[in-house]
Amino acid sequence: MLGFLKHPVVVTADINLNVVALTAMGLLSRLWQLSYPRAVVFDEVYYGQYISFYMKRIFFLDGSGPPFGHMLLALGGYLGGFDGNFLWNRIGAEYSSNVPVWSLRLLPALTGALSVPMAYQILSELGFSHCAAMGAALLMLIENALITQSRLMLLESVLIFFNLLAVLSYLKFSNSQKQRPFSPSWWFWLTLTGVACSCAVGVKYVGVFTYLLVLAVAGVHAWHLIGDRSLSNVSVLCHLLARAAALLVVPAAMYLLFFYVHLSLVYRSGPHDQIMSSAFQASLEGGLARITQGQPLEVAYGSQVTLKNVFGKPVPCWLHSHQSTYPMIYENGRGSSHQQQVTCYPFKDVNNWWIVKDPGRHQLVVSNPPRPVRHGDVVQLVHGMTTRFLNTHDVAAPLSPHSQEVSCYVDYNVSMPSQNLWRLDIVNRDSDAGVWKTILSEVRLVHVNTSAVLKLSGAHLPDWGFRQLEVVGEKLSRGYHESTVWNVEEHRYGKSQEQEEREVELHSPTQMDVHRNLSFLARFLELQWRMLTAKSDGSEHKYSSSPLDWVTLDTSIAYWLHPRTSAQIHLLGNVVIWASASLATAVYTLLFFWYLLRRRRKICDLPEDSWLRWVLAGALCAGGWAVNYVPFFLMEKTLFLYHYLPALTFQILLLPVVLQHISDHLCRTQLLRSLFSALLVAWYSCACHVFNTLRPLTYGDKSLSPSELKALRWKDSWDILIRKYQ
Amino acid sequence: MLCATSRLLAARTATALPAQPRGRGPGARCRRRELHFPGHPELDLDDFLTGRLARPSVPVGRRAILRRGRMPPAVGGGPARSELRPRRGRCGPQTARVVGPDETAKPAARSRKRPGWGSRHFEAAGRWALLALVTLLSFATRFHRLDEPPHVCWDETHFGKMGSYYINRTFFFDVHPPLGKMLIGLAGYLSGYDGTFLFQKPGDKYEHHNYMGMRGFCAFLGSLLVPFAYLIVLELSNSLPAALLTAALLTFDTGCLTLSQYILLDPILMFFIMAAMLSMVKHNSCANRPFSAPWWFWLSLTGINLAGALGVKFVGLFIILQVGWNTISDLWHLFGDLSLSVVTVGKHLTARILCLIVLPLTLYTATYAVHFMVLNKSGPGDGFFSSAFQARLSGNNLHNASIPEHLAYGSVITVKNLRMAIGYLHSHRHLYPEGIGARQQQVTTYLHKDYNNLWIIKKHNTNADPLDPSLPVEFVRHGDIIRLEHKETSRNLHSHYHEAPLTRKHYQVTGYGINGTGDSNDFWRIEVVNRKFGNRIKVLRSRIRLIHLVTGCVLGSSGKVLPKWGWEQLEVTCTPYLKETLNSIWNVEDHINPKLPNISLDVLQPSFPEVLLESHMVMIRGNNGLKPKDNEFTSKPWHWPVNYQGLRFSGINDTDFRVYLLGNPVVWWLNLLSIALYLLLGSIIAVAVQRGAHLPAEVEGLSQVLLRGGGQLLLGWILHYFPFFLMGRILYFHHYFPAMLFSSMLTGILWDTLLRLWAWSLASSSLARGLYVVGNLSLLLGTAYR
Repeated sequence: MLGFLKHPVVVTADINLNVVALTAMGLLSRLWQLSYPRAVVFDEVYYGQYISFYMKRIFFLDGSGPPFGHMLLALGGYLGGFDGNFLWNRIGAEYSSNVPVWSLRLLPALTGALSVPMAYQILSELGFSHCAAMGAALLMLIENALITQSRLMLLESVLIFFNLLAVLSYLKFSNSQKQRPFSPSWWFWLTLTGVACSCAVGVKYVGVFTYLLVLAVAGVHAWHLIGDRSLSNVSVLCHLLARAAALLVVPAAMYLLFFYVHLSLVYRSGPHDQIMSSAFQASLEGGLARITQGQPLEVAYGSQVTLKNVFGKPVPCWLHSHQSTYPMIYENGRGSSHQQQVTCYPFKDVNNWWIVKDPGRHQLVVSNPPRPVRHGDVVQLVHGMTTRFLNTHDVAAPLSPHSQEVSCYVDYNVSMPSQNLWRLDIVNRDSDAGVWKTILSEVRLVHVNTSAVLKLSGAHLPDWGFRQLEVVGEKLSRGYHESTVWNVEEHRYGKSQEQEEREVELHSPTQMDVHRNLSFLARFLELQWRMLTAKSDGSEHKYSSSPLDWVTLDTSIAYWLHPRTSAQIHLLGNVVIWASASLATAVYTLLFFWYLLRRRRKICDLPEDSWLRWVLAGALCAGGWAVNYVPFFLMEKTLFLYHYLPALTFQILLLPVVLQHISDHLCRTQLLRSLFSALLVAWYSCACHVFNTLRPLTYGDKSLSPSELKALRWKDSWDILIRKYQ
Repeated sequence: MLCATSRLLAARTATALPAQPRGRGPGARCRRRELHFPGHPELDLDDFLTGRLARPSVPVGRRAILRRGRMPPAVGGGPARSELRPRRGRCGPQTARVVGPDETAKPAARSRKRPGWGSRHFEAAGRWALLALVTLLSFATRFHRLDEPPHVCWDETHFGKMGSYYINRTFFFDVHPPLGKMLIGLAGYLSGYDGTFLFQKPGDKYEHHNYMGMRGFCAFLGSLLVPFAYLIVLELSNSLPAALLTAALLTFDTGCLTLSQYILLDPILMFFIMAAMLSMVKHNSCANRPFSAPWWFWLSLTGINLAGALGVKFVGLFIILQVGWNTISDLWHLFGDLSLSVVTVGKHLTARILCLIVLPLTLYTATYAVHFMVLNKSGPGDGFFSSAFQARLSGNNLHNASIPEHLAYGSVITVKNLRMAIGYLHSHRHLYPEGIGARQQQVTTYLHKDYNNLWIIKKHNTNADPLDPSLPVEFVRHGDIIRLEHKETSRNLHSHYHEAPLTRKHYQVTGYGINGTGDSNDFWRIEVVNRKFGNRIKVLRSRIRLIHLVTGCVLGSSGKVLPKWGWEQLEVTCTPYLKETLNSIWNVEDHINPKLPNISLDVLQPSFPEVLLESHMVMIRGNNGLKPKDNEFTSKPWHWPVNYQGLRFSGINDTDFRVYLLGNPVVWWLNLLSIALYLLLGSIIAVAVQRGAHLPAEVEGLSQVLLRGGGQLLLGWILHYFPFFLMGRILYFHHYFPAMLFSSMLTGILWDTLLRLWAWSLASSSLARGLYVVGNLSLLLGTAYR
């Protein structure tokens, strides 16, 4: 029983001083004077507002990425005791004293610092020498762009950290695969790979490219595993299942978890509510929920409702009508029915209220017990304030002449009968006898006579229509489009028999009591969908650039300028490193194809293990560069230099790989080798020199004179800010 | 299925139906209907039916098994037979020869003898007969009631019109390369169409105009798709049943049928795609005889068809990718074959480069050369192209024109944006609507020539008429401060600190002032970009920028289309970003100044490569411009394979003759199911092979067909389908049809292989069941077309 007491308790510590030293240097370079400048720097203005939203628990929608990255930044704010009270409106604005700048910037800086020792570890896991590994880490250490980006409240360094972590843990895992599969450390690294991948995706969508790369490499390895005849079928199956669980299931679950935490953190309504569906808005505290709280759930004959368009583009709006009629003759000479206008109006208004009426009865109040309206029922819609019926007929709509005009029927005695019957088509019904539910049901209103569908055309009416949105009857009913779908937002059971009473009733707020909630999955799906489809205005920016400019560092971004002196922070890379990394990529590609062709002809220049190492390093590093770079050519959003940094990191990892390969395999004599090493030392000191020269722009701590700044402008395309009057 | 031809086919099906129930009977019945040739060995019949006789490439193992007689002969023959059955009624004489007397010959059939001359003759004839049958059926379905409806359907309004343009030799602009429309024009020309019909909108009656030539040409190419698919599958799988199944799928698919009947680019495109695929497959089967005549023939034919596919539509690029992939893997295998010297591999490489790169490029360029040669008259497409280009077109005011060379004050000019397909600086009497900047006169760019494009260049500080003969001529120089006065409305080009209507970060540009009197916001500095020599500004050749003096911004066009109030012309803004982009660079095109001597413009004529490059740029921009709007029903790629929603070709109102493009749901859903099944089966086999499972020789052969042949077709489907998910332009249902061809072929191969595998696993005793399934399948296909 007490056998363990027979042996002394021994702790063997195996400390790699290289790693410790690199970590220390990384921390020093990233954390030094972290809270300087005490002003909003570049995109902090953008992320900052989301941090404030988190602090105030207000719901927001950001199409640029999943919430995990924002949450990490907000964690810094939370730890620093930030209350969210800061107006993020201008780059360069001084932070007030309640903003914990240091702790807000701490997390990106930490991840940036840890990337340095991780580069070391990745290269040594890839099987390259400690020299090469040290080289990679030292290059990461003195890369100005990486330093700038990690010292601020930005997400790139976090993304890079998780990218590297995914690669590193996959390598650790695949190395332990050879010795001890299914050991705890094997499991640990496998799971960590999945977790890191999902974190990378959770920080920014572009993380998905690294995830796919890791998946592809894992797939190839798994394929080899399948081909390994020494393993039994069962153990192969176990291996595959373990990988599938860790690399597919875990990331998916993690991704959901991010959204779960996000949605439980931001539960109050806020400025972005309008974009979401009524059901989603109702699930937030305040806002629409305050209005709709306690509404009756089932729409009945006699219900007073407002109808919101589900598509909501160009703006979310409600079905609306008012006293004005369509002009007799439009500007282009076409005629109209001259009946009362029906539009879609983007503001809450008493004219948005409609009463659901049973065509067979005359009363406009809800009977007792209420008779709910079901899918397929034929109803009439009565405009609350004018008591006119929603109507459509074979008259061309004002702006969309291919569709029918929708009006509120006015009887002019001109042998144009009213056609005011609408069949209710509940799109998301459970059964064919589904009841029309407030907020939850998405309905289409199909005209009985012409089978036209009530649709928001998206066009703005001219002045006679008060620039409200046009509503038409769409005859092409085969297609399903969200612009033909409506949902009840506000709802109450009408009680007033007389028109005057009813008007008073319409003006009063709704109140009654039923509670209702949306499931997490439904909220997640809607939020994710809106995030993916949220259109970022593809506007140009002074510092935007095209991917082609990045490789050659033909662009730069001015991040911040001191209000009085010319001290400034400027995103600029270490030119020597950028150039040599690109060169190394080219050399790697050429050499790879050269070896590949020669191997095909059965000429093996490299020993087998060294070839495999070379291929794996290339697949991860050159591949990592390619997958993080090439997709940007297809993207239509505004691009900046910092989008290139994840790709650059992989390129930097590749650089020592190529150098070591040249020294080991291509330098045949000892003399050449020594010469090459000497060259390397010279080259590295050159890179250090460049780092040192650009340091004032990286840290922004030193004010340079105009002539010094001009001297730093090595390329014409670098927009270094020079004050004219010092 | 509102298609006209459906009636005919329904009738056909009716005739075929009575034959079917017999096929569903018990095994004995099936056996009774087996096909035998008296006095000839079973083996050869089997080989014949599976199309394997003359193919040395068939795996030896498979043949050996057959010899051992483990798999009874009827397995190979079964599917073929059942495929033949419904057809017998349709095409009596040919099939009758194949179907010989049965039962009695059975004992004799077991003996092993070499095939005699007669049987070979028979086989060849049977094979040709089948091909002829397939072709005939395809032609019959496609040409049936081709003349209906006798009015313009859907995109005929574009492509028919463009055919007419070729006949009239009028220059036009389209987003697709010219070959397809040229062929349509040629077909029309040869069939006596005179190009006078206007093709204004769908539904216009053709009346006396001869449109049948053009429709017939498209239907002819469309009909060839079926025999092509038949041959491709035959070549890939060596199995007649598979080929017949594919042919049946395509013949009876209403979508393919409808699409082939009208004057559209799609039948032409699909023809070239399938022809390229066929010649590639044929070329692959010549691999054992490199550099022989057929080898060269098929290789160069592949190249020619690639040029054709790309010349019709840019989606032809996908088949190029497929052929490219096939070629690379082919070369890779040759390169790995150590028995071949590097020189031989080099020869192979050179042959491919010649036939698959040089030849298609030459042909493709040649189509453009013809295009530009034929279209030498000015037409509706002029404004899309640069000034220099327009000088080529007779009837254009730049053709053989002579205008003053240097810009002087008082000149009347038109200013064209250097970026392609933006147009001329334009203004008109309409104001910007309320709420959009200042309510002043609109300034836009406009692609067409118009009097409203004319501007007068004036000095900023005087309003004196510079054309007064008493004043000396004063040239405009680089860096001058000028004022541009709109000739028709006498308003000055003006900008101010209001945001532009669409691009919010830019400033608004308006027309301001009365009779040329405005304010200091009307002053612009004119600058020549990349000034080489001299200070003067040259017509057409100087690239100029106009810099607003007060705000320092640059006049440019964002290329965005203004809403209705701006007549859907393009937005003009003043951009505060000084980066040099083509959007903000202009050149002077027309130039009228009576006080200056004229020079000839012929020196400006661009060379052919420049013209080629420019037309491609314009086409790409045109394609990118086809963006769907919000609140519009648009077809999404995922709608297509499930046949979610078709396309209305004709028939706006209820009484009209209606044509609706929609696939045959049975065929389409079968295709979809087949792809899923294929992926499943393919991965099972691949994993089994990787695990080193020992496959029996028969299965081995089948899985090779499945993985190689099927793999190529799957690649084709992927290449012709998935890129559409990435496209931002507006998409239509008919874009799926090339992919649908590939998936139908895949279906043919898959089901054939599946049934064989199944029959093999059941062994001889339960053979009847296999046959039963095949019978069912053919029944399904027969009834599919109702």
